[in-house]
Amino acid sequence: MSDDDDAANAREPDHEVPGDEVAAALLERFPGSVFVASHGQPVVYVDRAAWHDVAEFLRDDQQFSQCMDVVGVDHLVAPSRAAPASITTERFEVVANFLSHARNRRIRVIAQVSVDEPAIASIADLYPGVNFPERETYDLFGIEFVGHPDLTRILMPDDWVGHPLRKDDAPARVPVTFKGDPSPR
Amino acid sequence: MSDLTNAEARRLEAQTDEGAQELRPLTGDARTQELVLTGGPWPDIDDTMILNMGPQHPSTHGVLRIMLELDGETVLRAKPVIGYLHTGMEKTGEELTYVQGSTNVTRMDYASPLSNELAFSMAVERLLDLELPERATWIRMLLVELNRMSSHLLFQATNGMDLGAVSMMIYGWRERELTLRLLETITGLRMNHNFIRPGGVAADLPDGWQHDVLELCDQVERGVGEYDTLLTENPIWRERTVGVGVITTGEALALGATGPILRSTGFAWDLRKAQPYLAYDDVDFDVIYTENGDVFDRYQIRLYEILESVKIVRQCVERMPAGDYRVQDRKVTPPPRARIDESMEALIHHFKLFTEGFRVPAGETYVAVESPRGEIGCYLVSDGTAKPNRLHIRGPSFYNLQSMDAMVPGGMLADAVAIVSSIDPIMGEVDR
Repeated sequence: MSDDDDAANAREPDHEVPGDEVAAALLERFPGSVFVASHGQPVVYVDRAAWHDVAEFLRDDQQFSQCMDVVGVDHLVAPSRAAPASITTERFEVVANFLSHARNRRIRVIAQVSVDEPAIASIADLYPGVNFPERETYDLFGIEFVGHPDLTRILMPDDWVGHPLRKDDAPARVPVTFKGDPSPR
Repeated sequence: MSDLTNAEARRLEAQTDEGAQELRPLTGDARTQELVLTGGPWPDIDDTMILNMGPQHPSTHGVLRIMLELDGETVLRAKPVIGYLHTGMEKTGEELTYVQGSTNVTRMDYASPLSNELAFSMAVERLLDLELPERATWIRMLLVELNRMSSHLLFQATNGMDLGAVSMMIYGWRERELTLRLLETITGLRMNHNFIRPGGVAADLPDGWQHDVLELCDQVERGVGEYDTLLTENPIWRERTVGVGVITTGEALALGATGPILRSTGFAWDLRKAQPYLAYDDVDFDVIYTENGDVFDRYQIRLYEILESVKIVRQCVERMPAGDYRVQDRKVTPPPRARIDESMEALIHHFKLFTEGFRVPAGETYVAVESPRGEIGCYLVSDGTAKPNRLHIRGPSFYNLQSMDAMVPGGMLADAVAIVSSIDPIMGEVDR
């Protein structure tokens, strides 16, 4: 698929008008955010610096009672990428899925994180349930969550070098030593 | 005996007699002897102790390791340590085409593989904007509910075993085996089915499936009645479970818990009802929820959810629509085997699908379905090629494990086993 096709198919409206009331409120509260209806789901691209405030706004003002997920994405080798043209894309994206039980709706918030400064605010103080997923994203992508209570590796061994889900971290054979291993695993 | 001395005879008697191994009454000096412990320094007995449980422990459901801080036998806090089953399935998922993807994700939550396949397939279909034939959605619903039954039956078995009701393990396994056998008849495999694929399901239902399914429904209902009789009013069972591992709605929501854990706190949230997918808004069933949030409630919810699944399965048998079991788009699903012999087009489609796969337009989506353990979500990022740029599965067990923080403190060490069991974590899904 060529780039021209993408521009036509994917998400050509840069400033889509939110049909979603939460997204509209987010856009009003955080100018510079961009709304996209991704296959019918409301998605808001927000500034990385506003990450914590966005989560706080969603929790306190918009009744989003659960943060379902915090995910990292690496776009190093993406032939075509679905992102609104009006935002400055970076290599990494951090994606959070919020669910409001009272209003029975979801919203997805995406922030761009550069490879030079792979860090973003932790929202574990607002939603304690993201403790594990933030650790996982740190472990597998090397994105630091500033303010996280216990930012350690969670899936990989503690002495692991590298972050496996980065696209430039090739899957490879790991030598297994049994004798004289300083930290047996 | 005559040539043995009296003392020698007593010595031999002491060696061979069973009584020789028992504690003898203290006589003489030993009665007043004081035992003095020398050496040291010894730890202050007021100190707490860190106890490591697992990762190799029968009641940790695989390879879960828990660090417990104990004061005497009271648990002050518990920290789950995970990663022992991390096999990089999300990385593997980036190397496999969308056609092969189901084979990979089905191995994550190995007790309910069809829920994984469903979440993944629905995510791919949403990126393709694919509309499924009615029969395909109903077959999916039938399979997922059969899988919910087998998963909850497995829970009943292992939960019973963890708490010492070992006969429960045999009974739970018995009905689960029947369910798996039926799934094998339909999908060809007991587990890791790879049956729900993007575009529909792999094959149509076999002849006479209605009879087999209805027979299973009767058997499972009878089994659930037996478990109910065996455990629900059993005083030993209630002693071990009622009031143990209590969690409130607020804590469950904050810690990201979903599924039976959230529903046990009096919060009736089930994605099948709240945000219906497949044909769940067409069938009649109830959301089971209780008020107390303890181990007993989570046992009860899973027990009665089996009956709700039976209800849905019966409606599937009654109302299964006719038609295609997958979309007839040759760019997504392979042509029938017979067509390959007669049509060049079919041969090319078949070859392209299984070598290169199909391309998915660039985009990202999150699809959530209700697995037996809670919300299983698939976050899929496509970059326009035939392989996903990012495949993330939100495994409910991964989040549910965190709710230990709220349940364990203040309980006894033995309660920790009951609590881990009641969370019903599947480590394949936790570590992926």
